[in-house]
Amino acid sequence: MADTQTTTSPSQAAAVPAAAPSAMAFVAPAVAWFIPGAGHLIQKRWLRGLLLLICVVAMFVFGLAMDGKIYKSNTGDLLDILGFISDLGTGVLYILGRTLDWGANAIVIATADYGTKFIAVAGLLNIIAAVDAYHIAIGKKP
Amino acid sequence: MILALELSHFSAAFLFALFSSTVFGICFRNNSREMLRYGAYCFGVFMVGMWIAGWVMWLIHH
Repeated sequence: MADTQTTTSPSQAAAVPAAAPSAMAFVAPAVAWFIPGAGHLIQKRWLRGLLLLICVVAMFVFGLAMDGKIYKSNTGDLLDILGFISDLGTGVLYILGRTLDWGANAIVIATADYGTKFIAVAGLLNIIAAVDAYHIAIGKKP
Repeated sequence: MILALELSHFSAAFLFALFSSTVFGICFRNNSREMLRYGAYCFGVFMVGMWIAGWVMWLIHH
């Protein structure tokens, strides 16, 4: 009887490359960060992508409408630095906001403080969505 | 700013809970049914937590 098992020498095993992550694993989180929900949309998760887009954009817009502040890049107070990192999570919305000078310069009323938190949380939620898009791209999540 | 919105504390917290729990539901569960359940659960926790925090603050104030 013929031996059907194949054997692999160490040199052959070294020649076989490890399964490389697909391009989508890099593209999806980047696109998801830049445009909220887009990481899901390019992977044909239409409803999830649309809901994420609505939630993040709505939180950002409500934050601005409540006179919230968009943090600039800074090296001052720790909370200001964290605020900047959170705001940066909104991707293109942050770039638009900074370019067009949206948002208040100072927080003077209580609702403006809520607005500032809305903008920061929109960024954090978008980062969670980008991680989720990555999990879908690598097949960890359906 | 063209848009100007003055929400009450409750309305702001309601919107915050609604959007956050929607994203949590989508990102932290694997199928539609579980997403819906987890989103609803998070929304409930946000609202109940806010209600309790509100009463605690009222008691501290008085």
